[in-house]
Formats: sequence, C-alpha cells, structure tokens
Amino acid sequence: MYALIIFGLPLFLRNNYHLMVLNVAALNIIVVIGLNLLMGYAGQISLGHAAFFGLGAYLSGVLTTTYGFPIWPTVILALVVTGIVAYAIGIPTLKLEGHYLVMATLGFNVIVYIVMIQLDAVTGGPSGFAGIPHFRIGDFVFNSDRKIYYLFWGISILVLLLSLNLITSRVGRAMAALSHNEIAAKCAGVDTEKYKINIFVISAVLASLAGSLYAHYITFISPGTFSFFYSLQVVTMVLVGGMGSLWGSIFGTVLLTLLPELLHAVKDYNVLIQGLILTGVLVFFPEGLFPGILEAWRKRRVVVHKRSVSPGREP
Amino acid sequence: MSFTLQLFQFFVSGLTTGSTYALIAIGFSIIHNATGIVNFAQGEFVMLGGMFMITFYSVLKIPLVVAFFLAVFCVAVIGLLLERGPIRHARSKEILVLVMITVGASIVIKGLSMLFWGKNPMTLPPFSGETPLLFMGAAVMPQSIWIFGITILVVTALHYFFRRTMTGKAMRAVAASRRSAALTGIPVDRMIFLSFTLSGALGAVAGIILTPITTTSYDVGAMLALKGFSAAILGGYGSMPGAVVGGLLLGVLESLGAGLISSEYKDALAFLILLIVLFCRPSGIFGGGRLRRV
Repeated sequence: MYALIIFGLPLFLRNNYHLMVLNVAALNIIVVIGLNLLMGYAGQISLGHAAFFGLGAYLSGVLTTTYGFPIWPTVILALVVTGIVAYAIGIPTLKLEGHYLVMATLGFNVIVYIVMIQLDAVTGGPSGFAGIPHFRIGDFVFNSDRKIYYLFWGISILVLLLSLNLITSRVGRAMAALSHNEIAAKCAGVDTEKYKINIFVISAVLASLAGSLYAHYITFISPGTFSFFYSLQVVTMVLVGGMGSLWGSIFGTVLLTLLPELLHAVKDYNVLIQGLILTGVLVFFPEGLFPGILEAWRKRRVVVHKRSVSPGREP
Repeated sequence: MSFTLQLFQFFVSGLTTGSTYALIAIGFSIIHNATGIVNFAQGEFVMLGGMFMITFYSVLKIPLVVAFFLAVFCVAVIGLLLERGPIRHARSKEILVLVMITVGASIVIKGLSMLFWGKNPMTLPPFSGETPLLFMGAAVMPQSIWIFGITILVVTALHYFFRRTMTGKAMRAVAASRRSAALTGIPVDRMIFLSFTLSGALGAVAGIILTPITTTSYDVGAMLALKGFSAAILGGYGSMPGAVVGGLLLGVLESLGAGLISSEYKDALAFLILLIVLFCRPSGIFGGGRLRRV
C-alpha cells in the first residue's frame, strides 16, 4: 500500500521542484529512521547525526571528484569509514549518560563542521564543493529528479523494511528492553554496551548513506547543510513522529520537510512558525504527533461505537 | 611584544570571555538543579539581554544603569513566561521532552527576535570609553574590567543568596531532593519558577556585558549556549564553583588556542577539550562521583 502510494505519486507531479523536495524527504527518512532506532530503541540521544551525514557526503564527494574513485564502491567505502568513526566515538561516549552523551555528540558535530570549513584545500571550505558526478548504472545516468525519486524512495523503503525487521527480531527485543530499563536489561543477560554501540554504528552508517546519496544527487555540498542545526532538525523529526514508531518517523519527516516549503510564502515568519509547531507538538503530544493522532482517532471510534451500542442496552 | 606578555594578553582576554561563559553556565546549573533539564533557551536569554539593552540604551536613550536593570528585568520575565507557559503545561514531564521544549522555545524566541530587531548584527558602545588601560604591560579594555567586576559581583551575590537566605536554601534543598523538599513544606513549584526567572536574569547580565566587545544578532544564542553548556559540563554539571572555574578555564584555553595554535579552529578546540575531559573525567572537574540507585 505504502509502496504503491510512493511509486504512484510521481505520475501526478509535473513540477520538478516538488519532486526534489520529496527526494530530500526520502533522504531525511533514511537519517531519521536510523536516529529513531537509536533514540526509540536504544534510549540514546545523538545531536551529532549531521556530522555522520556530512562525513558520508564529503567522503564520497571528494573521493569520486578529486581522486576519481568509482562511485558505488566509494559509497560503500564511505559507509565503512563512517561506521569505524562512529565505533571509535561510540565506545567512550556511550558509557556516558544523559546530558553528557548529548554534549559529546554535539561537540563532535561542531568539530566536524569546523574542519569542513577550515580544510578548504580538500573540502572547498565555506563556499562548498561542486562538480560531484551523478549516479550511474552502466550507461543509465541518474540525472533527473524523476529518476532519482525512484532510486531514493526505493532505498528508503528498503531501509524501512530492514529496520522493521530488525526491531521485531531478537536484537530488537533486546534493544527495547535496553531502552526501558538498562539495568534490568543487563540483569536479564543483555550485553547492553555491545547493543548500544552496534545500534549507534548502524544509525551513523544510515546517516552516512543518506549523505552519500545527497552528494551524488545535488552534486554540490557545502558545510552549512551539515551544521548542528540539521542534527537538531532530525531529532525534532523523530520526536514529532514519535520515538520508537518507525511509521511515525516517516510521517514526521515528510511533514517537517514539506513544512518549510509551504511556509516559503511567509518567509520571515518561517523560523517562528517552525518553533511554535515544535513547542506545541511537544507540549500537547509528547508521544509524538503521529501516535497522538492515532490515539485520538481510536478514542473517537470507541466513543462512536459506544454511542451506537448503548441505546440497545437500555431497557 | 615578548612571548610572556603575549601569553598574558591572551590570558586576560580569555578571562573576559570566560567570565560570561561562567555566567551562562551558572544559568544552566540553576535550572538543572531545580528541574533536571538542560535549558537550551539559555543562549537566547543572553542574546535577548544584549538586544533589550540596545533598544533601551542606544535607541530609547535611557540612562545606562536604568537600561541595564530594565533589560535584566525584561529577560527575567521571559524566563518566567517560559516556565509558566510551555514547561508547566507540558503533558509529559519526561526530561527529554522538556529539554526539547526548551529547544522549541529557543527557536520561537529566535524567530520573534528576528522580526523585532532584524537580521543585521548590532552592537553597544562600551560602558566607559575605549582607551585601553595598561596592566602589567598588557592592554586591558575598560569593558573587560566591567565584565570582571560585574561577574564577581553577581557570583558573590548568588553565593550569598544560596548560602544565607531562606529562599536560596530552599532552592538548594529542591536541588538535593525534590521530594524531601516538598515534604518539608518547601513550595517546589515556586522554586522552579524562581530558578527560571533567575537564569533569565543571569543570561541577560551576560548578554549585556558581552555585547560591547562581540556584537550581537538574533542568531548568536545557539553558539553561546553551547559554550556555556560546555563550561558547565567542564566544571561538573550543576555545581556553582564548577561553573565558574569551567567558564574561566574554557575562556582561557580557547583564547590561548586561538592565539597560539590557530584562530580558525578556535571553536573546534573548545569542544575538543570538552570531549577529552568528558572521556577522562565524565563528571567534570568539580563533579563528585555519582552513585546511581536502581
């Protein structure tokens, strides 16, 4: 059903700009699903995902453009390198709790961001890095928004399926136990350290994948895209969609990716409205907007159901 | 200029920015102690302090001292509104949700400030002239002296408040244990409310004294919050002396790093130091070992 909607949608969209926004949404979905695995199922918060996203983008961008590496193997290479980096950061960081973990990932994000800006011999500095080649399979080049649409949404659906599979597996149950009560999980024999690190690495690798895809799609990358604000944005998407709900993540991501586009008309109020929505959702739907709406819908149905049943009971 | 003199110069300018980091860090600590949350809007308080001061002092031409207190008052009221509004009415009292609410609030404040004050950076004239004073051979801006003075004054006043007054002691009791504080009849709600107001005021002071040397614009809040937060963690989160030492240390290290190693990597350096401290001593320099109850 979901796949049908996704793949049917472009037939009705004539405007390439709309497609582009949706493509970016697909990439955000990949990052947000990864982050939700970490936040919702491993109970850890990262404010450094923009850094992993950026690592993926810069690694595959720079290696293919400057050094002429082939594209697909480079994407894989970028994934592996980001995974190793995440592992190296994860070991000391995930021992920390609460604010400290947030801060450590945040600090990492700021460092990566500054290195991107300052290392301009390699990264092109603040003005960005251009001329990254498009994806191609044989002679088929992914150079239009429409072709990319199918590629990206295909990958995002694959990521969703794999993640849904992961959370219903043995590993997923261990993770759920871990997020509920780490100590209890440990007592039940779950190797919490190992799971936390693994999920952090998976989550970082997904962000890196999205980054590589982004680089070869837009063909231009600049540090601004990978600043701490992007990390904040994806965390917001997870929260609006509801922690621990992967379908909610898709809802939250699409909503929050489209929102700024809709708000372009009221440019100066854009920031304000985004803030109000974030605050409002968190105050009134702390479980996330998507689960909140589902819950409200269910309640309504129960009420309607009761109403239709109750007259019969009365004498 | 000799090398030692240069070092001394960096040291002094580091202490200047460090003082404001310390004030921001104390603001973080006060709210954290009362509620357990990290208030990401703390940086916005700092930005607002500078902005209100510019409006009152430079635009409305209100005398310096009056404008100062007026600006502090306005930001304190905003801190109060943050607590009275979204924080109090949140459906979930989970820490993460509350923290993200402050993030949302900080975006709202940023958006509103952009509408009110525009996007251009603004500045304040220094409180008393721009002729540098010579102190042991190093040039010290009069504004730096104001910053030191006001910081010392504020920290002393806070120390007195928390150690000697009934309200201050009540706030410390809430920090130690919310439940036992409530049992002894301390109005916990009012203390939380007070802590937000106080943090707003502290942020405003930091913003007002910092603006003449750095300039301000609607989007400076996030970076200042990050620096203050790092300072708080560096010193041990929630500890007052820790916040002061952490702030000064961060300021000095940052300034030395910028001067001796590379000014481009100044901000990265600050966070690198933080990461190293976190990995070696996760509870900060002044934080005691924490025991966790299951």
